[in-house]
Amino acid sequence: MSTVALENVVKRFGTFTAVHQTSLEMDDGEFVTLLGPSGCGKTTNLRMIAGLLDPTEGNILINGQRINDVPIHKRNLGIVFQNYALFPHKTVAENVAFGLKYRDVSRAEMEERVRRALDLVQLPDSGAKYPKALSGGQQQRIALARAIVIEPSVLLLDEPLSALDANLREDMRIELKRIQDRIGVTTVFVTHDQSEALAMSDKIVVMSAGHVEQVGTPEEVYNAPGSEFVANFLGASNILDGTCEQADGTAVLIDVPLLGRITVPRAKAPAVRPGAGAKLVLRAEKLVLAGEDARKEDTISIPGVVETVDYQGQAVRYFVRSGETQLQAINMIDERPFAKGQPVSLHFRQRDCAALGAE
Amino acid sequence: MSVEARERKQPWILLTPALTSVTLLLFVPLLFIVVYSFWLRTATGADDPGFHLDNWQKALGDAFYRDILLSTLRIAAITTFFCALMGYPAAYFIARSKGNKAILLLLLMLPFWISYIIRTMSWINILGVSGALNSALMALGVITEPIQMLYNEATVILGLIHYLLPFMVLNVFVSLDGIDTNLEDAANSLGATRWQSFLNVTLPLSLPGLAAGGLLCFVLGAGTYITPLVLGGPRDAMFANLVFEAIITQLNWPLGSALSLMLLAVLGVLVMIYNRYLGMTQLMKGLG
Ligand SMILES: Nc1ncnc2c1ncn2[C@@H]1O[C@H](COP(=O)(O)OP(=O)(O)OP(=O)(O)O)[C@@H](O)[C@H]1O
Ligand SMILES: [Mg+2]
Repeated sequence: MSTVALENVVKRFGTFTAVHQTSLEMDDGEFVTLLGPSGCGKTTNLRMIAGLLDPTEGNILINGQRINDVPIHKRNLGIVFQNYALFPHKTVAENVAFGLKYRDVSRAEMEERVRRALDLVQLPDSGAKYPKALSGGQQQRIALARAIVIEPSVLLLDEPLSALDANLREDMRIELKRIQDRIGVTTVFVTHDQSEALAMSDKIVVMSAGHVEQVGTPEEVYNAPGSEFVANFLGASNILDGTCEQADGTAVLIDVPLLGRITVPRAKAPAVRPGAGAKLVLRAEKLVLAGEDARKEDTISIPGVVETVDYQGQAVRYFVRSGETQLQAINMIDERPFAKGQPVSLHFRQRDCAALGAE
Repeated sequence: MSVEARERKQPWILLTPALTSVTLLLFVPLLFIVVYSFWLRTATGADDPGFHLDNWQKALGDAFYRDILLSTLRIAAITTFFCALMGYPAAYFIARSKGNKAILLLLLMLPFWISYIIRTMSWINILGVSGALNSALMALGVITEPIQMLYNEATVILGLIHYLLPFMVLNVFVSLDGIDTNLEDAANSLGATRWQSFLNVTLPLSLPGLAAGGLLCFVLGAGTYITPLVLGGPRDAMFANLVFEAIITQLNWPLGSALSLMLLAVLGVLVMIYNRYLGMTQLMKGLG
């Protein structure tokens, strides 16, 4: 088992910088997700750890050892590719056994380990089949079995679920997490799907345009986003300009023209300074619509008019106009949603807000 | 007409022009040749139509024809071997080069714009008694008399390789280009060195292309008569030269027909074996 670290890593392709100076640390057994939109450099980071790309600057460390110059076949990493990359001319058992051929493993042990790996991914009887004969989800499992059978020090997964359809993706997500928990291998997982990242990770690294935006547990990045980008990439947020009037160790007071004075817990507004501009982050899920005259305790209420209703079954996404501002709200419903044009009141709790320092 | 019946008919209607031309231009002439092969050329020079087995007895029984057939197959095999040996690395290089693939492929096709005969004859200017190589060696003082390098089996094979190499490269390229590069990366990550992952993954997956290229080189090589005519000596005749000789020089169409059918049968069997194990689709990919 192992730790992984990136030290001031930079990757350039010609004049284009795909990864700006990045430092990351991953603990032993941790499930770390690189999350970000397409083209932000997730795969580039993963391939540098794998040894498939050389960093332009900086060091890659595994267990504290610099491995920049260790060739890929000596790094002992398990990689699952987005398109699985199973060897089409080999049976499932041969695919899984492939990595063991290059290790000092007896024939009997090889068979035993292949059998155990296939059991672990719940495809015990597929050994004699060819990859072509398997469904996408099954190929995915075999790719995982092939990567873990060598007992890698680090498991690298590049969008392993993105080629599966929605239902299967949820099942495989749970499955993957179960297997990772079971073998306890340090795992780097790449995805652009925020719900995958939130559900699976011990730690999320949010990336944008080659930069690391924020590193934290799922709760941290979700509840206390470090930047506007993070606030909007993990779910939808309303971001409102204001000024910080007061700040101490436990709370900050922000004056927002639309809402009045809002008290935000300091933990959710670490970068806000008194007297300076600030941005209030109000998650769409935390903004609740109610009837025009509804009163709720402990909440801030403002009036508004529903402009757009996007019905999604158990939830509805509303766009509501309040004064000059359009606010987004995502609410669970059990009956009929509010109608377009209907006057409503909007409620939120101050402690659900977060705040960013103004740039 | 029911929809089903119409759907069943449609492909045939679309195929009609192709089928007609194949029938008229290939099948009918082939039938003529079959018929011809049973005629007999008499001493007067006229053909005696009828059913004679003389040509077939001569073609199949005479050791002269058998020996040349065997040496033709041997030359084709050697040529194919060298084409594979030289063509594979070239194809690999093109398939793995980034960006300029199209230009490299264009360069590969460039020789096709020059007549095959002229390309073959160009070797005379290089290897001939007063050719470039002899002149250079003499100018350097390595030799005093020009060496006779042309007109032997080696130059025939050289000419054939020159002619056939692009076919091999193209076929291998097509199959290498279709291999996902992640496969090699996956093999490397599992502990295989680059050479091991080539041997265990890339090479086996490119074998269909190698086989298709091999078949094309072999069939085209075994059927050629220009290369031995231009670059071979009197003893380097290949089987197609015998057909040429019988039909063009001796005007003995019946014998020429029997000989060409013999070559066709041998190569046909090879193609059938290939098709049995690898299928024709790979060949089409390489040609298309
Ligand atoms: N070999 C390369 N040569 C030049 N540019 C590259 C190369 N590989 C990646 N890039 C560029 O680097 C940037 C980051 O690419 P990367 O593949 O890491 O993105 P990603 O975050 O994995 O995106 P996706 O979610 O689409 O897979 C992209 O703008 C891409 O165009
Ligand atoms: Mg990617």
